[in-house]
Amino acid sequence: MLRYITPFLIFLILVALFIFGLQNDPREIPSPLINKPAPKFLLPTLHNPEKKISNNDIKNNVFVINVWASWCVACRLEHPILIEAADKKNLKIYGLNYKDKRKDALKWLDKLGNPYIESAFDEMGKTGIDYGVYGVPETFVLDKNGIIRYKHIGPVDKNQLEKFILPLVKKLEISE
Amino acid sequence: MKKILLILFLYMNQNLVIADTPILFEDSIYNERYNNILEEVRCLVCQNQSLADSNADLAKDLRNEIIAMLNNKKTDNEIYQFLVERYGDFVLYRPPLKNSTWFLWLGPFIFLGIAIVVVFVFISRQSSNKSDKEN
Repeated sequence: MLRYITPFLIFLILVALFIFGLQNDPREIPSPLINKPAPKFLLPTLHNPEKKISNNDIKNNVFVINVWASWCVACRLEHPILIEAADKKNLKIYGLNYKDKRKDALKWLDKLGNPYIESAFDEMGKTGIDYGVYGVPETFVLDKNGIIRYKHIGPVDKNQLEKFILPLVKKLEISE
Repeated sequence: MKKILLILFLYMNQNLVIADTPILFEDSIYNERYNNILEEVRCLVCQNQSLADSNADLAKDLRNEIIAMLNNKKTDNEIYQFLVERYGDFVLYRPPLKNSTWFLWLGPFIFLGIAIVVVFVFISRQSSNKSDKEN
């Protein structure tokens, strides 16, 4: 009896493995920056090239850093969700404008709305590399001490926002 | 005549003909290190290509970073560390052996071992069946 059941059992185990495997996106790479301090940067802001913004400005409160660009199609998908989150859910979002042209980026925000407290202008993409950016848009959640606690790759949808990001932000706001 | 000149020119500049990447450093040792490093690093945008092969923007940026680091006299390990700090172990084609990767490295050998054991058990069963029938 066992010799008939064994191949079938092996088949069931394989099916289970496949089901598990197919639910994960193999292109998503876990970030080594989780639970590490947000990498240093010093960049001009998008709206005012004379004004500088650094990682030290993104502290003392729970902040989200959203990496975006006007040339990024997927960013358009998540943009309304960011706008609503900034407006109605009081989410504090900083933008990292990645490898973009100032004119295009400003026009994009004018047209689609600006959910960001401020956007840093990373023209060369060096800061993006420091943050391990490989697929725009990417979204980081930082705690009050500027430690990265969560990274989401790809556009943020409503589900992600309400199931993961907002609860995490709330949790971090309560803790020290 | 033009052909002869062309062949002569190519013969005297074999480094231009043989290498398929343009020469970036004066010291050819750097070239070698550079090409080796590129072959060891995965492009995260086109994930089945190495940094040597990929035309993705990020690959170009990372290649420039690596060139800058080589010019700054960084060692190969320092360059790999730079990349792993930002992108994780997955960026290396040969990740370091640690708790999270031991199964990746040893797994195939473990499966091979299991397969060999199964084959032996199967064969010994066959031969004991045969000897039973012969008796």
